Amino acid sequence: MHTQSIAELSAGLRNGEYSSEELTRHFLARIDTAQEKLNAFVTVCHDRALEQARNAEKVLKNGNANALTGIPLAQKDIFCTKGVKTTCGSKMLDNFISPYDATLVEKFNAAGCVMLGKTNMDEFAMGSSSETSFYGPVKNPWDTSTVPGGSSGGSAAAVAAGIAPAATGTDTGGSIRQPAALTGVTGVKPTYGRVSRYGMIAFASSLDQGGTLTRSAEDAALLLQVMSGFDERDSTCVDKPVPDYTVSLNNSVKGLKIGLPQEFFDDGLDSGVADAVHTALDVYKSLGAEIIDIHLSNLGLSVPTYYVVAPAECSSNLSRFDGVRFGYRCEDPKDLLDLYMRSRGEGFGDEVKRRIMIGTYVLSAGYYDAYYLKAQKTRQLIAADFKAAFEKVDVIMGPTTPTPAFRLGEKTNDPITMYLNDIYTIGVNLAGLPGMSVPMGKVNNLPVGLQIIAPYFDEARMLNIAHQYQLNTDWHRQVPPDWQ
Amino acid sequence: MSLTAEQVKSIATLARLAIDEDNIELYTRNLSDIIDFVAQLEATDTNDVEPMAHPLNMAQRLRADEVTESNERDTFQENAPQVEAGLYLVPRVLE
Repeated sequence: MHTQSIAELSAGLRNGEYSSEELTRHFLARIDTAQEKLNAFVTVCHDRALEQARNAEKVLKNGNANALTGIPLAQKDIFCTKGVKTTCGSKMLDNFISPYDATLVEKFNAAGCVMLGKTNMDEFAMGSSSETSFYGPVKNPWDTSTVPGGSSGGSAAAVAAGIAPAATGTDTGGSIRQPAALTGVTGVKPTYGRVSRYGMIAFASSLDQGGTLTRSAEDAALLLQVMSGFDERDSTCVDKPVPDYTVSLNNSVKGLKIGLPQEFFDDGLDSGVADAVHTALDVYKSLGAEIIDIHLSNLGLSVPTYYVVAPAECSSNLSRFDGVRFGYRCEDPKDLLDLYMRSRGEGFGDEVKRRIMIGTYVLSAGYYDAYYLKAQKTRQLIAADFKAAFEKVDVIMGPTTPTPAFRLGEKTNDPITMYLNDIYTIGVNLAGLPGMSVPMGKVNNLPVGLQIIAPYFDEARMLNIAHQYQLNTDWHRQVPPDWQ
Repeated sequence: MSLTAEQVKSIATLARLAIDEDNIELYTRNLSDIIDFVAQLEATDTNDVEPMAHPLNMAQRLRADEVTESNERDTFQENAPQVEAGLYLVPRVLE
């Protein structure tokens, strides 16, 4: 069951091959077995999941089911889930039981999905390796001495190892696409504003976007259909109709113009990854697509721009954790200032503290113009490059990451080296565009991903383009040897 | 290094973060590296460029000024470290 697509599982539930409860028990058992090796989950919801599965059974019998009714999913532990611990990978929220559901969670509940549990992640989604979690690092199922990427590393590892059929993630600078690439799964970050951020714990509000980690583009289309759409509780959610993402999957890519940014092929790119991109492009050429060299000349500015904008927004968002209303409080505070300082100092990990401090500095009097305002201008230049490129091409492709998965601990002592892992993904967040990663091969026996970037709100076309590739390749069907 | 230990201590206080004295040196080094790294933006000509306030350059949506939320104080306070009679307790502020 754990290697089947969501469409296959959905058919299995309908024709009575197995019940939702049996399906849920199968995945819960796999999660329990994998936990020690992968540490992909923070919380596993055994009883709650089985109850949801039994409820889904009733809906399936009534004939009122949709494509996702009775399908088990995992939620990244950044999404608030009513009555269930919601930690965001932090000691700060280790005792936090959310009093409400995120909009996205509400929508999956309404669709009759079963929530298996909450997946592990970098603390407050700040990281590219899932090593900054208070709950310990997540391991990559392809090689447990390597990282699964981050921050949605628990979700990526869970889907790659087949311990969950699909999972949600969030992407602020590459946190869905990068772990998807490093674990050999399909990861989709929709257009900014496509999916509600309500109940998704905020890191950098102008960049954060919820999305999916799945076994295929087809599975992603089914999930996005449920997740997408306007929500008045998120003031930046865009009020725009959601197209049917599945009907266009089989459209031809003949005549498709694919832009290949020359800036992606820099010195930092592993030659094996570069070769894999060209091999993937050959597949598209054989399907009738045309490859056009393009330039995103300000792309080099994206990582430094991001490390001003994201910490600035994070320092503001994370000021809500004050040790007063919810979350961690230090022992025996001697006065109110001591309560704030020690609750935050003890509740947050090092990377989160670094980013709050960078944000505080770049927003402080005398530095605001030089850093924050400057970065908001360079951000505009980066977005303008993409806009100009989409005048010439239908879609942009390139590598998702410069290298395959790196070793646990390899980059934890050097923040800048860690940050540069997201060099090809960050520009998409700064511009607010949709992007995804699909498995495109292996380098040193580890998976690598092809990044596909589409114009604003063109998720349907993006999924179609990815699906056509997956019909002609089988990288997305490969399962790590220990998790068959 | 672009930041001094004293500056880092003052940023930590502004951000309300207690940092162990033993860790100040490491934070100073890491934060200086990051500030040096982002300083490369200075070299870019951004005259006549509008700062980007929203990724889709959209205006903020407004709504009528009406009460839309119900009072759920008791539920929310279940997550609070210390409450009494519906109030959040903190160390004494006024003597």
